[in-house]
Amino acid sequence: MKKKKLTGDHVFAGIAYGLMGLMALICLYPMWHVVMASFSDPIELMRHSGVILKPLGHSVEGYKVVIQNPNIPRSYLNTICYVLAGTAVNMFLTTLGAYALSRKGYLFKRTLTLLIVFTMYFNAGLVPNFLLVKGLGMYNSVLALILPGAVSTWNLIVMKTGFQSVPVSLEESARLDGANDFTILFRIFLPLSKATVAVMILFYAVGHWSSWFNAMLYLRDRAKFPLQLIMREILISNSANGNASADTDVMFLQEVVKYATIVVSTVPILFIYPFAQKYFMAGVMMGSVKE
Amino acid sequence: MGKGQRTPGKYRRNFKRYKYIYLMLLPVVLYYAVFCYAPMGGVVIAFQNFKPALGIAGSKWVGMKHFVDFLTGPFAWRLIRNTLLINVLQIMFAFPVPILLALLINEIHCKPYKKAVQTISYMPHFISLVVMCGLLVTFSRSDGIFNDFLSLFGVERSNLLGNANWFRPLYVLSGIWQEAGWGSIIYLATLSGIDPGLYEAATIDGASRFQRMIYVSFPGLLPIIIVQLIMRIGNILTTGFEKVFLLYSPLTYETADIISTYIYRQGLELSNYSYGTAVGLFNSVVNLLILVLANRFIGKLTGESLW
Repeated sequence: MKKKKLTGDHVFAGIAYGLMGLMALICLYPMWHVVMASFSDPIELMRHSGVILKPLGHSVEGYKVVIQNPNIPRSYLNTICYVLAGTAVNMFLTTLGAYALSRKGYLFKRTLTLLIVFTMYFNAGLVPNFLLVKGLGMYNSVLALILPGAVSTWNLIVMKTGFQSVPVSLEESARLDGANDFTILFRIFLPLSKATVAVMILFYAVGHWSSWFNAMLYLRDRAKFPLQLIMREILISNSANGNASADTDVMFLQEVVKYATIVVSTVPILFIYPFAQKYFMAGVMMGSVKE
Repeated sequence: MGKGQRTPGKYRRNFKRYKYIYLMLLPVVLYYAVFCYAPMGGVVIAFQNFKPALGIAGSKWVGMKHFVDFLTGPFAWRLIRNTLLINVLQIMFAFPVPILLALLINEIHCKPYKKAVQTISYMPHFISLVVMCGLLVTFSRSDGIFNDFLSLFGVERSNLLGNANWFRPLYVLSGIWQEAGWGSIIYLATLSGIDPGLYEAATIDGASRFQRMIYVSFPGLLPIIIVQLIMRIGNILTTGFEKVFLLYSPLTYETADIISTYIYRQGLELSNYSYGTAVGLFNSVVNLLILVLANRFIGKLTGESLW
Protein backbone atom coordinates (compact mmCIF):
# COMPACT_ATOMS: atom_id res chain seq x y z
CA MET A 1 0.00 0.00 0.00
CA LYS A 2 2.62 2.45 1.09
CA LYS A 3 4.91 1.60 -1.78
CA LYS A 4 2.17 2.14 -4.34
CA LYS A 5 1.45 5.66 -3.12
CA LEU A 6 5.12 6.49 -3.32
CA THR A 7 5.26 5.55 -6.99
CA GLY A 8 2.18 7.62 -7.70
CA ASP A 9 3.96 10.61 -6.22
CA HIS A 10 7.00 9.84 -8.32
CA VAL A 11 4.95 9.76 -11.50
CA PHE A 12 3.39 13.07 -10.59
CA ALA A 13 6.78 14.62 -9.82
CA GLY A 14 8.09 13.27 -13.11
CA ILE A 15 5.23 14.89 -14.98
CA ALA A 16 5.82 18.22 -13.20
CA TYR A 17 9.57 18.13 -13.97
CA GLY A 18 8.96 17.14 -17.56
CA LEU A 19 6.25 19.71 -18.26
CA MET A 20 8.26 22.53 -16.75
CA GLY A 21 11.33 21.51 -18.74
CA LEU A 22 9.23 21.59 -21.89
CA MET A 23 7.86 25.00 -20.92
CA ALA A 24 11.38 26.34 -20.43
CA LEU A 25 12.35 25.04 -23.87
CA ILE A 26 9.35 26.75 -25.46
CA CYS A 27 10.28 30.02 -23.75
CA LEU A 28 13.90 29.74 -24.80
CA TYR A 29 13.63 28.49 -28.38
CA PRO A 30 12.46 31.67 -30.17
CA MET A 31 15.33 33.62 -28.61
CA TRP A 32 17.80 30.90 -29.53
CA HIS A 33 16.41 30.90 -33.07
CA VAL A 34 16.98 34.64 -33.37
CA VAL A 35 20.58 34.54 -32.14
CA MET A 36 21.53 31.57 -34.32
CA ALA A 37 19.82 33.04 -37.38
CA SER A 38 21.58 36.37 -36.87
CA PHE A 39 24.99 34.69 -37.27
CA SER A 40 23.87 32.61 -40.26
CA ASP A 41 24.84 32.90 -43.87
CA PRO A 42 22.12 35.05 -45.52
CA ILE A 43 21.55 32.77 -48.50
CA GLU A 44 21.48 29.57 -46.48
CA LEU A 45 19.06 31.23 -44.07
CA MET A 46 16.67 32.11 -46.89
CA ARG A 47 16.72 28.53 -48.20
CA HIS A 48 16.36 26.95 -44.78
CA SER A 49 13.07 25.90 -43.27
CA GLY A 50 12.30 24.60 -39.81
CA VAL A 51 14.18 24.90 -36.55
CA ILE A 52 17.67 26.33 -36.34
CA LEU A 53 19.82 24.77 -33.66
CA LYS A 54 23.17 26.23 -34.71
CA PRO A 55 24.20 28.99 -37.15
CA LEU A 56 23.79 27.97 -40.80
CA GLY A 57 27.29 28.73 -41.95
CA HIS A 58 28.99 31.68 -40.35
CA SER A 59 28.48 35.28 -41.21
CA VAL A 60 28.30 38.63 -39.50
CA GLU A 61 26.94 40.42 -42.60
CA GLY A 62 23.73 41.25 -40.75
CA TYR A 63 25.60 42.98 -37.97
CA LYS A 64 27.66 44.96 -40.47
CA VAL A 65 24.50 46.34 -42.03
CA VAL A 66 23.02 47.12 -38.62
CA ILE A 67 26.07 49.08 -37.54
CA GLN A 68 26.24 50.96 -40.82
CA ASN A 69 22.58 51.93 -40.64
CA PRO A 70 22.81 55.40 -39.06
CA ASN A 71 19.29 55.12 -37.68
CA ILE A 72 20.20 52.44 -35.21
CA PRO A 73 23.10 53.98 -33.27
CA ARG A 74 21.31 57.33 -33.24
CA SER A 75 18.00 55.96 -32.01
CA TYR A 76 19.86 53.84 -29.51
CA LEU A 77 21.45 56.95 -28.08
CA ASN A 78 18.08 58.73 -28.10
CA THR A 79 16.50 55.90 -26.17
CA ILE A 80 19.25 55.97 -23.57
CA CYS A 81 18.73 59.72 -23.11
CA TYR A 82 14.95 59.30 -22.83
CA VAL A 83 15.34 56.47 -20.32
CA LEU A 84 17.69 58.55 -18.15
CA ALA A 85 15.78 61.81 -18.33
CA GLY A 86 12.35 60.21 -18.17
CA THR A 87 13.19 58.02 -15.21
CA ALA A 88 14.75 60.97 -13.36
CA VAL A 89 11.55 63.01 -13.77
CA ASN A 90 9.43 59.97 -12.81
CA MET A 91 11.42 59.34 -9.67
CA PHE A 92 11.48 62.98 -8.61
CA LEU A 93 7.71 63.33 -8.80
CA THR A 94 6.88 59.88 -7.51
CA THR A 95 9.15 60.18 -4.48
CA LEU A 96 7.80 63.57 -3.44
CA GLY A 97 4.21 62.48 -4.04
CA ALA A 98 4.58 59.17 -2.25
CA TYR A 99 6.17 60.80 0.77
CA ALA A 100 3.49 63.47 0.99
CA LEU A 101 0.69 60.94 0.60
CA SER A 102 2.18 58.75 3.31
CA ARG A 103 2.07 61.67 5.84
CA LYS A 104 -0.98 62.59 7.88
CA GLY A 105 -2.59 65.73 9.15
CA TYR A 106 -2.54 68.11 6.21
CA LEU A 107 -5.73 69.36 4.62
CA PHE A 108 -7.46 67.73 1.65
CA LYS A 109 -5.37 64.58 1.97
CA ARG A 110 -8.36 62.28 1.53
CA THR A 111 -9.78 64.18 -1.41
CA LEU A 112 -6.40 64.28 -3.07
CA THR A 113 -5.80 60.56 -2.60
CA LEU A 114 -9.22 59.77 -4.03
CA LEU A 115 -8.68 62.01 -7.04
CA ILE A 116 -5.33 60.36 -7.71
CA VAL A 117 -6.60 56.79 -7.34
CA PHE A 118 -9.58 57.58 -9.58
CA THR A 119 -7.22 58.18 -12.51
CA MET A 120 -6.28 54.49 -12.39
CA TYR A 121 -9.83 53.50 -13.24
CA PHE A 122 -10.88 56.25 -15.58
CA ASN A 123 -9.04 58.27 -18.17
CA ALA A 124 -10.09 60.78 -20.74
CA GLY A 125 -9.00 58.70 -23.69
CA LEU A 126 -6.61 59.02 -26.56
CA VAL A 127 -7.98 62.04 -28.38
CA PRO A 128 -8.26 64.57 -25.51
CA ASN A 129 -4.78 63.58 -24.35
CA PHE A 130 -3.41 64.07 -27.83
CA LEU A 131 -5.09 67.46 -28.19
CA LEU A 132 -3.73 68.52 -24.80
CA VAL A 133 -0.14 67.62 -25.64
CA LYS A 134 -0.47 69.39 -28.97
CA GLY A 135 -2.12 72.36 -27.31
CA LEU A 136 0.74 72.66 -24.85
CA GLY A 137 3.12 73.01 -27.78
CA MET A 138 4.89 69.75 -27.11
CA TYR A 139 4.32 68.34 -30.60
CA ASN A 140 7.60 67.09 -32.05
CA SER A 141 9.23 67.77 -28.70
CA VAL A 142 10.98 65.27 -26.49
CA LEU A 143 8.91 66.61 -23.60
CA ALA A 144 5.91 64.78 -25.07
CA LEU A 145 7.66 61.50 -24.21
CA ILE A 146 8.50 62.55 -20.66
CA LEU A 147 5.79 64.73 -19.17
CA PRO A 148 2.57 62.86 -19.99
CA GLY A 149 2.86 59.78 -17.82
CA ALA A 150 5.45 61.43 -15.56
CA VAL A 151 3.74 59.75 -12.61
CA SER A 152 2.45 56.21 -12.74
CA THR A 153 -0.32 56.13 -10.18
CA TRP A 154 0.29 52.46 -9.58
CA ASN A 155 3.96 53.08 -8.72
CA LEU A 156 3.02 56.08 -6.61
CA ILE A 157 0.69 53.97 -4.47
CA VAL A 158 3.23 51.16 -4.18
CA MET A 159 5.92 53.58 -3.04
CA LYS A 160 3.56 55.27 -0.61
CA THR A 161 2.82 51.86 0.92
CA GLY A 162 6.56 51.26 1.18
CA PHE A 163 7.08 54.58 2.98
CA GLN A 164 4.30 53.79 5.43
CA SER A 165 6.32 50.86 6.74
CA VAL A 166 9.16 53.13 7.92
CA PRO A 167 8.99 53.24 11.75
CA VAL A 168 7.33 56.41 13.05
CA SER A 169 9.85 56.73 15.89
CA LEU A 170 12.67 57.52 13.45
CA GLU A 171 10.71 60.38 11.98
CA GLU A 172 9.74 61.72 15.40
CA SER A 173 13.27 61.77 16.74
CA ALA A 174 14.53 63.46 13.57
CA ARG A 175 11.85 66.11 13.96
CA LEU A 176 12.93 66.73 17.57
CA ASP A 177 16.42 67.34 16.21
CA GLY A 178 14.92 70.02 13.97
CA ALA A 179 14.80 68.12 10.69
CA ASN A 180 12.21 69.26 8.13
CA ASP A 181 10.30 67.03 5.73
CA PHE A 182 12.90 67.26 2.97
CA THR A 183 15.67 66.16 5.33
CA ILE A 184 13.50 63.35 6.66
CA LEU A 185 12.65 62.16 3.15
CA PHE A 186 16.19 62.23 1.80
CA ARG A 187 18.12 61.25 4.93
CA ILE A 188 15.78 58.70 6.47
CA PHE A 189 13.04 57.46 4.16
CA LEU A 190 15.00 57.01 0.95
CA PRO A 191 18.01 55.26 2.54
CA LEU A 192 15.62 52.92 4.36
CA SER A 193 13.63 52.18 1.19
CA LYS A 194 16.47 51.31 -1.16
CA ALA A 195 14.74 48.17 -2.44
CA THR A 196 11.52 50.06 -3.21
CA VAL A 197 13.48 52.80 -4.95
CA ALA A 198 15.38 50.25 -7.03
CA VAL A 199 12.14 48.58 -8.06
CA MET A 200 10.57 51.89 -9.06
CA ILE A 201 13.62 52.89 -11.10
CA LEU A 202 13.56 49.55 -12.90
CA PHE A 203 9.85 49.70 -13.67
CA TYR A 204 10.04 53.23 -15.02
CA ALA A 205 13.25 52.57 -16.96
CA VAL A 206 11.86 49.46 -18.64
CA GLY A 207 8.71 51.41 -19.47
CA HIS A 208 10.69 54.13 -21.23
CA TRP A 209 12.96 51.61 -22.92
CA SER A 210 10.09 49.74 -24.54
CA SER A 211 7.73 52.63 -25.27
CA TRP A 212 7.17 53.63 -28.87
CA PHE A 213 3.56 54.73 -29.23
CA ASN A 214 3.91 58.26 -27.85
CA ALA A 215 7.00 58.74 -29.99
CA MET A 216 5.00 57.68 -33.04
CA LEU A 217 2.19 60.07 -32.12
CA TYR A 218 4.20 63.12 -31.24
CA LEU A 219 7.60 63.02 -32.99
CA ARG A 220 7.97 64.01 -36.63
CA ASP A 221 11.74 64.38 -36.69
CA ARG A 222 13.40 61.07 -37.49
CA ALA A 223 16.51 62.27 -35.70
CA LYS A 224 14.55 62.15 -32.44
CA PHE A 225 13.08 58.66 -32.89
CA PRO A 226 13.73 56.17 -30.09
CA LEU A 227 15.05 52.70 -30.83
CA GLN A 228 11.70 50.92 -30.56
CA LEU A 229 10.14 53.10 -33.24
CA ILE A 230 13.02 52.33 -35.62
CA MET A 231 12.64 48.66 -34.67
CA ARG A 232 9.01 48.83 -35.57
CA GLU A 233 9.88 50.16 -39.02
CA ILE A 234 12.48 47.46 -39.60
CA LEU A 235 10.53 44.53 -38.19
CA ILE A 236 6.91 45.33 -38.83
CA SER A 237 6.31 48.17 -41.28
CA ASN A 238 8.98 46.71 -43.58
CA SER A 239 10.37 50.01 -44.74
CA ALA A 240 13.72 48.67 -43.62
CA ASN A 241 17.00 50.45 -44.16
CA GLY A 242 15.34 53.64 -45.34
CA ASN A 243 16.80 54.75 -48.65
CA ALA A 244 18.90 51.63 -49.17
CA SER A 245 15.89 49.34 -49.49
CA ALA A 246 15.86 49.43 -53.29
CA ASP A 247 19.32 47.92 -53.29
CA THR A 248 19.04 44.21 -54.17
CA ASP A 249 22.21 43.59 -52.26
CA VAL A 250 20.44 44.63 -49.11
CA MET A 251 17.18 42.90 -50.08
CA PHE A 252 18.64 39.43 -49.74
CA LEU A 253 20.30 40.46 -46.52
CA GLN A 254 17.05 41.68 -45.04
CA GLU A 255 16.35 38.50 -43.13
CA VAL A 256 19.70 38.35 -41.31
CA VAL A 257 19.54 42.09 -40.72
CA LYS A 258 16.22 41.71 -38.92
CA TYR A 259 17.60 39.05 -36.64
CA ALA A 260 20.79 41.00 -35.99
CA THR A 261 18.74 44.10 -35.15
CA ILE A 262 16.70 42.14 -32.63
CA VAL A 263 19.86 40.84 -30.98
CA VAL A 264 21.46 44.27 -30.83
CA SER A 265 18.35 45.89 -29.38
CA THR A 266 17.43 43.20 -26.89
CA VAL A 267 20.70 41.88 -25.52
CA PRO A 268 21.37 44.82 -23.18
CA ILE A 269 18.07 44.34 -21.37
CA LEU A 270 18.44 40.57 -21.17
CA PHE A 271 21.99 41.08 -19.92
CA ILE A 272 20.93 43.42 -17.12
CA TYR A 273 17.96 41.27 -16.23
CA PRO A 274 19.61 38.42 -14.24
CA PHE A 275 21.26 41.01 -12.00
CA ALA A 276 18.05 42.92 -11.47
CA GLN A 277 15.79 39.87 -11.27
CA LYS A 278 15.35 39.97 -7.51
CA TYR A 279 14.26 43.61 -7.64
CA PHE A 280 11.76 42.92 -10.38
CA MET A 281 10.33 40.07 -8.36
CA ALA A 282 10.18 42.22 -5.26
CA GLY A 283 8.33 44.78 -7.36
CA VAL A 284 5.69 42.31 -8.45
CA MET A 285 5.11 41.44 -4.82
CA MET A 286 4.89 45.07 -3.74
CA GLY A 287 2.27 45.65 -6.38
CA SER A 288 0.16 42.84 -5.04
CA VAL A 289 -0.22 44.42 -1.63
CA LYS A 290 -3.84 45.38 -1.44
CA GLU A 291 -4.53 48.94 -0.49
CA MET B 1 -9.93 69.36 16.99
CA GLY B 2 -13.03 71.18 18.21
CA LYS B 3 -15.54 73.01 16.10
CA GLY B 4 -14.33 76.35 17.34
CA GLN B 5 -11.05 75.91 15.54
CA ARG B 6 -12.64 75.82 12.07
CA THR B 7 -11.48 79.31 11.25
CA PRO B 8 -9.08 80.80 8.71
CA GLY B 9 -6.54 80.75 11.52
CA LYS B 10 -6.68 76.99 11.62
CA TYR B 11 -5.96 76.78 7.89
CA ARG B 12 -3.06 79.19 8.24
CA ARG B 13 -1.60 77.15 11.10
CA ASN B 14 -2.07 73.92 9.18
CA PHE B 15 -0.46 75.44 6.12
CA LYS B 16 2.49 76.68 8.14
CA ARG B 17 2.97 73.39 9.93
CA TYR B 18 2.85 71.32 6.76
CA LYS B 19 4.43 73.84 4.41
CA TYR B 20 7.04 71.39 3.13
CA ILE B 21 4.41 68.76 2.48
CA TYR B 22 2.39 71.24 0.45
CA LEU B 23 5.56 72.22 -1.40
CA MET B 24 6.23 68.57 -2.23
CA LEU B 25 2.68 68.05 -3.38
CA LEU B 26 2.76 71.02 -5.70
CA PRO B 27 4.46 69.37 -8.72
CA VAL B 28 2.43 66.18 -8.27
CA VAL B 29 -0.86 68.04 -8.04
CA LEU B 30 0.16 70.06 -11.07
CA TYR B 31 0.89 66.88 -13.00
CA TYR B 32 -2.48 65.34 -12.19
CA ALA B 33 -4.32 68.56 -12.88
CA VAL B 34 -2.68 69.13 -16.26
CA PHE B 35 -2.24 65.62 -17.63
CA CYS B 36 -5.16 63.74 -16.08
CA TYR B 37 -7.95 66.14 -15.17
CA ALA B 38 -7.54 68.74 -17.92
CA PRO B 39 -8.12 66.05 -20.59
CA MET B 40 -11.13 64.84 -18.59
CA GLY B 41 -12.51 68.34 -18.95
CA GLY B 42 -11.61 68.16 -22.62
CA VAL B 43 -14.01 65.25 -22.93
CA VAL B 44 -16.81 67.81 -23.46
CA ILE B 45 -15.79 67.95 -27.11
CA ALA B 46 -17.51 64.56 -27.42
CA PHE B 47 -20.75 66.56 -27.39
CA GLN B 48 -19.55 69.09 -29.98
CA ASN B 49 -18.39 69.33 -33.54
CA PHE B 50 -14.99 70.37 -32.33
CA LYS B 51 -12.81 72.38 -34.67
CA PRO B 52 -9.34 73.22 -33.30
CA ALA B 53 -9.49 76.62 -35.00
CA LEU B 54 -12.71 77.52 -33.16
CA GLY B 55 -11.73 76.04 -29.80
CA ILE B 56 -14.14 74.54 -27.28
CA ALA B 57 -15.95 77.83 -26.76
CA GLY B 58 -16.54 78.41 -30.45
CA SER B 59 -17.41 74.91 -31.63
CA LYS B 60 -20.99 73.86 -32.21
CA TRP B 61 -22.78 71.66 -29.64
CA VAL B 62 -24.40 68.55 -31.04
CA GLY B 63 -25.47 66.65 -27.93
CA MET B 64 -25.36 62.87 -28.13
CA LYS B 65 -25.02 62.77 -31.92
CA HIS B 66 -21.59 61.08 -31.99
CA PHE B 67 -22.62 58.42 -29.49
CA VAL B 68 -25.72 57.62 -31.53
CA ASP B 69 -23.65 57.62 -34.72
CA PHE B 70 -21.22 55.15 -33.23
CA LEU B 71 -23.76 52.81 -31.69
CA THR B 72 -25.99 52.73 -34.77
CA GLY B 73 -23.05 52.68 -37.17
CA PRO B 74 -21.91 49.61 -39.11
CA PHE B 75 -18.83 48.93 -36.96
CA ALA B 76 -20.11 49.22 -33.40
CA TRP B 77 -21.10 45.58 -33.07
CA ARG B 78 -17.92 44.25 -34.68
CA LEU B 79 -15.73 46.47 -32.49
CA ILE B 80 -17.47 45.63 -29.23
CA ARG B 81 -17.52 41.94 -30.12
CA ASN B 82 -13.82 41.86 -31.02
CA THR B 83 -12.80 43.81 -27.93
CA LEU B 84 -14.75 41.58 -25.60
CA LEU B 85 -13.82 38.36 -27.38
CA ILE B 86 -10.07 38.98 -27.37
CA ASN B 87 -10.23 39.71 -23.66
CA VAL B 88 -12.56 36.84 -22.80
CA LEU B 89 -10.31 34.44 -24.70
CA GLN B 90 -7.34 35.80 -22.81
CA ILE B 91 -9.07 35.38 -19.48
CA MET B 92 -10.14 31.85 -20.41
CA PHE B 93 -6.83 30.63 -21.80
CA ALA B 94 -4.05 32.97 -20.67
CA PHE B 95 -5.20 33.79 -17.15
CA PRO B 96 -5.05 30.21 -15.75
CA VAL B 97 -1.60 29.40 -17.22
CA PRO B 98 0.51 31.27 -14.63
CA ILE B 99 -1.48 29.60 -11.85
CA LEU B 100 -0.81 26.19 -13.35
CA LEU B 101 2.85 27.04 -13.83
CA ALA B 102 3.18 28.15 -10.21
CA LEU B 103 1.54 24.98 -8.92
CA LEU B 104 3.84 22.78 -11.00
CA ILE B 105 7.03 24.79 -10.35
CA ASN B 106 6.16 24.53 -6.68
CA GLU B 107 6.36 20.73 -7.02
CA ILE B 108 9.97 20.92 -8.24
CA HIS B 109 12.20 20.35 -5.24
CA CYS B 110 15.54 20.27 -7.07
CA LYS B 111 16.74 23.83 -6.38
CA PRO B 112 18.99 24.46 -9.43
CA TYR B 113 16.41 23.02 -11.82
CA LYS B 114 13.67 25.12 -10.26
CA LYS B 115 15.80 28.25 -10.46
CA ALA B 116 16.66 27.59 -14.10
CA VAL B 117 13.04 26.98 -15.08
CA GLN B 118 11.94 30.17 -13.33
CA THR B 119 14.68 32.38 -14.76
CA ILE B 120 14.04 31.16 -18.29
CA SER B 121 10.29 31.51 -18.05
CA TYR B 122 10.56 35.15 -16.93
CA MET B 123 12.82 36.13 -19.81
CA PRO B 124 10.22 36.66 -22.56
CA HIS B 125 8.67 39.37 -20.39
CA PHE B 126 11.77 41.52 -20.96
CA ILE B 127 11.54 41.41 -24.71
CA SER B 128 9.89 44.65 -25.75
CA LEU B 129 6.45 44.48 -27.30
CA VAL B 130 7.74 45.80 -30.62
CA VAL B 131 10.40 43.10 -30.83
CA MET B 132 7.98 40.38 -29.75
CA CYS B 133 5.48 41.44 -32.40
CA GLY B 134 8.30 41.70 -34.92
CA LEU B 135 9.24 38.12 -34.15
CA LEU B 136 5.64 37.04 -34.46
CA VAL B 137 5.37 38.75 -37.85
CA THR B 138 8.58 37.05 -39.03
CA PHE B 139 7.56 33.63 -37.77
CA SER B 140 4.06 33.91 -39.23
CA ARG B 141 5.18 34.74 -42.78
CA SER B 142 4.49 32.10 -45.40
CA ASP B 143 8.16 31.08 -45.34
CA GLY B 144 8.37 31.40 -41.55
CA ILE B 145 8.81 28.73 -38.95
CA PHE B 146 5.11 28.50 -38.02
CA ASN B 147 4.33 27.58 -41.60
CA ASP B 148 7.24 25.13 -41.68
CA PHE B 149 5.56 23.45 -38.76
CA LEU B 150 2.00 23.62 -40.10
CA SER B 151 3.03 22.30 -43.50
CA LEU B 152 4.08 19.08 -41.80
CA PHE B 153 0.36 18.56 -41.19
CA GLY B 154 -0.52 19.42 -44.75
CA VAL B 155 -1.70 22.98 -44.04
CA GLU B 156 -1.04 25.17 -47.05
CA ARG B 157 1.51 27.95 -46.53
CA SER B 158 0.11 31.43 -46.07
CA ASN B 159 0.83 34.59 -44.15
CA LEU B 160 -0.93 33.75 -40.89
CA LEU B 161 -1.19 37.35 -39.73
CA GLY B 162 -2.96 38.23 -42.95
CA ASN B 163 -5.69 35.75 -42.12
CA ALA B 164 -8.51 36.90 -39.85
CA ASN B 165 -9.04 33.37 -38.50
CA TRP B 166 -5.52 33.18 -37.16
CA PHE B 167 -5.44 36.56 -35.46
CA ARG B 168 -7.03 35.62 -32.14
CA PRO B 169 -5.10 32.39 -31.58
CA LEU B 170 -1.81 34.10 -32.41
CA TYR B 171 -2.65 37.03 -30.18
CA VAL B 172 -3.54 34.88 -27.18
CA LEU B 173 -0.76 32.30 -27.61
CA SER B 174 1.96 34.91 -28.02
CA GLY B 175 0.63 36.60 -24.90
CA ILE B 176 0.92 33.35 -22.98
CA TRP B 177 4.47 32.88 -24.25
CA GLN B 178 5.49 36.33 -23.15
CA GLU B 179 3.70 36.76 -19.83
CA ALA B 180 2.87 33.36 -18.30
CA GLY B 181 6.21 32.90 -16.53
CA TRP B 182 6.26 36.44 -15.24
CA GLY B 183 2.65 36.16 -14.09
CA SER B 184 3.50 33.08 -12.04
CA ILE B 185 5.80 35.04 -9.69
CA ILE B 186 2.98 36.39 -7.60
CA TYR B 187 1.40 32.94 -7.19
CA LEU B 188 4.73 31.29 -6.40
CA ALA B 189 5.40 33.82 -3.68
CA THR B 190 1.97 33.19 -2.23
CA LEU B 191 2.60 29.44 -2.29
CA SER B 192 5.86 29.86 -0.41
CA GLY B 193 3.88 31.57 2.34
CA ILE B 194 1.55 28.64 2.94
CA ASP B 195 2.02 27.06 6.38
CA PRO B 196 4.12 23.85 5.94
CA GLY B 197 2.08 22.35 8.77
CA LEU B 198 -0.88 22.08 6.40
CA TYR B 199 1.13 19.93 4.00
CA GLU B 200 2.42 17.78 6.86
CA ALA B 201 -1.08 17.24 8.20
CA ALA B 202 -2.31 16.31 4.72
CA THR B 203 0.57 13.88 4.28
CA ILE B 204 -0.21 12.22 7.60
CA ASP B 205 -3.83 11.87 6.48
CA GLY B 206 -2.55 9.97 3.47
CA ALA B 207 -2.85 12.66 0.79
CA SER B 208 -0.70 12.08 -2.29
CA ARG B 209 1.43 14.87 -3.77
CA PHE B 210 -1.20 15.53 -6.38
CA GLN B 211 -3.92 15.70 -3.73
CA ARG B 212 -1.83 18.08 -1.66
CA MET B 213 -1.53 20.37 -4.68
CA ILE B 214 -5.28 20.30 -5.26
CA TYR B 215 -6.46 20.50 -1.65
CA VAL B 216 -3.73 22.58 0.04
CA SER B 217 -1.84 24.63 -2.53
CA PHE B 218 -4.75 25.64 -4.73
CA PRO B 219 -7.07 26.85 -1.93
CA GLY B 220 -4.10 28.84 -0.61
CA LEU B 221 -3.93 30.65 -3.93
CA LEU B 222 -7.62 31.33 -4.25
CA PRO B 223 -7.81 34.80 -2.62
CA ILE B 224 -5.00 36.19 -4.76
CA ILE B 225 -6.47 34.55 -7.88
CA ILE B 226 -9.74 36.36 -7.25
CA VAL B 227 -8.12 39.76 -6.78
CA GLN B 228 -6.07 39.24 -9.95
CA LEU B 229 -9.19 38.19 -11.81
CA ILE B 230 -11.15 41.27 -10.79
CA MET B 231 -8.30 43.52 -11.86
CA ARG B 232 -8.03 41.70 -15.17
CA ILE B 233 -11.74 42.02 -15.81
CA GLY B 234 -11.53 45.69 -14.91
CA ASN B 235 -9.03 46.21 -17.71
CA ILE B 236 -11.14 44.47 -20.27
CA LEU B 237 -11.64 47.45 -22.56
CA THR B 238 -8.30 49.15 -22.04
CA THR B 239 -5.69 46.44 -22.60
CA GLY B 240 -4.21 45.27 -25.81
CA PHE B 241 -4.23 48.46 -27.84
CA GLU B 242 -0.52 48.58 -28.63
CA LYS B 243 -0.27 44.89 -29.42
CA VAL B 244 -3.30 44.86 -31.70
CA PHE B 245 -2.03 48.02 -33.34
CA LEU B 246 1.32 46.37 -34.09
CA LEU B 247 -0.18 43.15 -35.41
CA TYR B 248 -3.37 44.02 -37.25
CA SER B 249 -3.94 45.15 -40.81
CA PRO B 250 -7.01 45.89 -42.95
CA LEU B 251 -6.94 42.18 -43.90
CA THR B 252 -7.71 41.20 -40.32
CA TYR B 253 -10.04 44.03 -39.20
CA GLU B 254 -12.90 41.54 -39.12
CA THR B 255 -11.46 39.85 -36.01
CA ALA B 256 -8.70 42.20 -34.90
CA ASP B 257 -10.12 45.70 -34.96
CA ILE B 258 -10.97 46.72 -31.40
CA ILE B 259 -12.55 49.85 -29.97
CA SER B 260 -9.26 51.53 -29.08
CA THR B 261 -7.67 50.97 -32.49
CA TYR B 262 -10.84 52.31 -34.11
CA ILE B 263 -10.58 55.40 -31.90
CA TYR B 264 -7.02 55.89 -33.09
CA ARG B 265 -7.95 55.69 -36.76
CA GLN B 266 -11.06 57.81 -36.48
CA GLY B 267 -9.85 60.32 -33.94
CA LEU B 268 -6.24 60.85 -34.92
CA GLU B 269 -5.65 59.54 -38.44
CA LEU B 270 -8.86 61.04 -39.81
CA SER B 271 -8.91 63.89 -37.27
CA ASN B 272 -12.55 63.31 -36.29
CA TYR B 273 -11.66 64.61 -32.86
CA SER B 274 -15.16 64.80 -31.44
CA TYR B 275 -16.22 61.40 -32.74
CA GLY B 276 -13.02 59.77 -31.46
CA THR B 277 -13.50 61.39 -28.05
CA ALA B 278 -17.10 60.21 -27.89
CA VAL B 279 -16.16 56.60 -28.64
CA GLY B 280 -13.34 56.88 -26.12
CA LEU B 281 -15.70 58.20 -23.46
CA PHE B 282 -18.14 55.39 -24.17
CA ASN B 283 -15.24 52.95 -23.79
CA SER B 284 -14.02 54.43 -20.49
CA VAL B 285 -17.47 54.57 -18.92
CA VAL B 286 -18.34 51.00 -19.89
CA ASN B 287 -14.96 49.87 -18.61
CA LEU B 288 -15.51 51.53 -15.26
CA LEU B 289 -18.97 49.94 -15.04
CA ILE B 290 -17.57 46.50 -15.78
CA LEU B 291 -14.94 46.93 -13.07
CA VAL B 292 -17.47 48.04 -10.47
CA LEU B 293 -19.88 45.24 -11.38
CA ALA B 294 -17.17 42.56 -11.44
CA ASN B 295 -15.93 43.74 -8.09
CA ARG B 296 -19.38 43.70 -6.57
CA PHE B 297 -20.40 40.37 -8.11
CA ILE B 298 -17.23 38.52 -7.19
CA GLY B 299 -17.22 40.23 -3.80
CA LYS B 300 -20.70 38.88 -3.05
CA LEU B 301 -19.66 35.46 -4.26
CA THR B 302 -16.43 35.11 -2.34
CA GLY B 303 -15.98 37.91 0.15
CA GLU B 304 -12.85 39.12 -1.68
CA SER B 305 -12.91 42.53 -3.29
CA LEU B 306 -10.71 45.38 -4.47
CA TRP B 307 -12.01 48.05 -2.14
